[in-house]
Amino acid sequence: MATTSMATRPAVRAINVGVYYGSNKVIEGVTMDMPENEITAIIGPSGAGKSTLLRCINRLNDLIEIFRMEGEMWFGDFNLYAPGSDPTQIRYRIGMVFQRPNPFPKSIYDNIAFGPRINGFKGNMDELVEQSLQGAALWDEVKDRLKESALSLSGGQQQRLCIARALAVEPSVILMDEPCSALDPIATLAIEELMQELKKTYSIVIVTHNMQQAGRVSDKTAFLLPDENRVAHLIEFGDTRTLFTNPTDERTEAYITGRFG
Amino acid sequence: MAAGIDGNYSQRLAHRKRRASLFHGVCVAAVILALLMLVALLYSVISEAVAWLNLDGTSIKTLLTEIPSSKAVNSGLFPAIVGTLWVMGICVFVSFTVGVSAAIYLEEYSGGSRLAELIQINIQNLAAVPSIVYGILGLSIFVTFFVVVAPGTDGKNVTAAGLTLALLIMPVVIVSSQEAIKAVPSSIREGGFALGGTRWQVIWRLVLPQAMPGILTGIILAVSRAMGEAAPLVIMGALSFVPFAPASPLDRFTVLPIQIYVWISKPQEEFHHLAAAGIVVLLIMLLGMNAFAIFLRNRLQKNLRG
Repeated sequence: MATTSMATRPAVRAINVGVYYGSNKVIEGVTMDMPENEITAIIGPSGAGKSTLLRCINRLNDLIEIFRMEGEMWFGDFNLYAPGSDPTQIRYRIGMVFQRPNPFPKSIYDNIAFGPRINGFKGNMDELVEQSLQGAALWDEVKDRLKESALSLSGGQQQRLCIARALAVEPSVILMDEPCSALDPIATLAIEELMQELKKTYSIVIVTHNMQQAGRVSDKTAFLLPDENRVAHLIEFGDTRTLFTNPTDERTEAYITGRFG
Repeated sequence: MAAGIDGNYSQRLAHRKRRASLFHGVCVAAVILALLMLVALLYSVISEAVAWLNLDGTSIKTLLTEIPSSKAVNSGLFPAIVGTLWVMGICVFVSFTVGVSAAIYLEEYSGGSRLAELIQINIQNLAAVPSIVYGILGLSIFVTFFVVVAPGTDGKNVTAAGLTLALLIMPVVIVSSQEAIKAVPSSIREGGFALGGTRWQVIWRLVLPQAMPGILTGIILAVSRAMGEAAPLVIMGALSFVPFAPASPLDRFTVLPIQIYVWISKPQEEFHHLAAAGIVVLLIMLLGMNAFAIFLRNRLQKNLRG
C-alpha cells in the first residue's frame, strides 16, 4: 500500500484499522487513503461496518463505552488516536452529516450558529450564517425565515441545513453517513449536486448503500464486506470508475452487479 | 375475498367491533367516575367554605391576613400561607437543582456503571418509603444540623422543612427527569458532539432545553404532592400554633396542611368550616403553582418548536 500516488496528499489515511466492540471484532485491517478535495465513497451491504469505519474518523465511536480501535487513523499530519489527542478538537476539524436529518429544535439561524458559538467564534455571526447557508445551497430558500424553527423545513432542506451547520465550523473534511437515505429523489439530487460543489473546498467521505449514488458522485470507492464471522474487510479500494467497470475482486463484481447484498 | 377468510368474517367483525365499543365505554365510565368524585369533593369543600366566608371582603381578609386565634371568626392563615411559601420555595429550589443534576449524572455521565445501577435501584425504592419516615430523617439530620449551626434555635425552621420535603420528592423528580432526558433522541447529542461540543455543552445547550418540559411536568406533580404533606413536617416539629409569619430561613413555622389539620381536630363546629376555607386556599395556591409551571412549560415547548 506504500505505492499511493504522490499527486494528492491524503486528507485522511487509515492504516490497518480494526474495530472491536467489547471482545467482538467488527472490522479488520482496513488501509486506505481518502484524498483531499475528492469524494471517497464507502459501499457495502448492511452490517459491513461502513458507518462504524466512518465514525472512527471523527472519533464519534468514542461515545460508545465498549468501542476499541487498533491501527492508525491519520488526519493530515495528525495522528487522531495518539494518546492525548482530543476527540472534541478533532470533531471541530472534521464535520459530519448523519443518516437522518437531525436539526436541533431551534431556529434555522441558531442551528447554524450553534457550532461556531460553542467553539468560541468571535466574528460576524450573521455573515457566517449567510455564508454557510449559501455553501449548502439553502440561503435563497430560507433567507426570509431565519428565525423560524428548523423543524418547519422539509426533509431535504433539513439535510442541507445540517450540511450548512457542519460548514459553519469550517472543517476541512466532511463525513456523510448515508445522507440521502431518508430523502426523496429530488432532494437526493440536490445534495449530490451540492457535494460536487463542496469538494472544491472540502474533502468528503460518504457512506452509501446506494451503489448508483457512489458511482455518480464519488472519485474513490471502498468496498467493505463482512466475512462468515461477521468481521468486515476492505475488499477493494480504488478509483470509482475502475472499481465499477473493471473490479479486480470477484466479490466486488458480484456486489456491484447486484448478485448479493 | 382474501384467502384464509371464511364466510363468518363479517359476523366476527361485528363481534370484534362490539368488544371495541365495550372497552371504549369502560374507559369513558372510568373517567366519569374519577371526575364525579373530584367534583363531589370540591363541591362539599367549596360550599362549606363559601357558607363560612359568606364571600364578604372582611372575612376573606381575616382569613388571609390574620394569625390563628382561639375564636374562629378572628382566625386567619397568614403564618401558614407564608410558611408554606417558604417551605415550598426551598423545596422546589433544592429538589430541582439536586434532582436534575442527579438525573443528568445517571443518564449522561455514569455510562451504566455498577454504581449507577445500584443508585438507580435505591432511588426507585426510596420513592416507596412512607413520607413519615422522611420526617424522622429530617428531624435527625436537618434539625440536628441547624441546632449545631444556629445555636440558640431549636433547629425546626423552614429550611429544615424545605430540605425534608425536597428529600421526600427527590426520587420522583430524579426518575421523571431521567425519563425526560432519555426521551431526547441520541441523534441530537451526536449532532452536538460532531460539531465539536464538549459533553457539558451538549447537555446544557441541547439535551436540557429539550428535556425541560418533561422535567417540569415531573416537578409539578412532585411539588403538588409535597405541598399537601403534613405528616413528615409534624414529626419534624412544625408548630401547630404560630402567632407570627416566618421571615427568615431560620424561623419556625407552620404550613397550610398542618393548620387545616389543627382546625379540623378542634371540637367547635366553626373551626371545621374554617378548615374548609383553608383547604380552598391550599387548593388555590396549588393551582396557582401548577398554572405557573404549565405556563412555563408551554412557553419552553413553543420555543423549541419555534
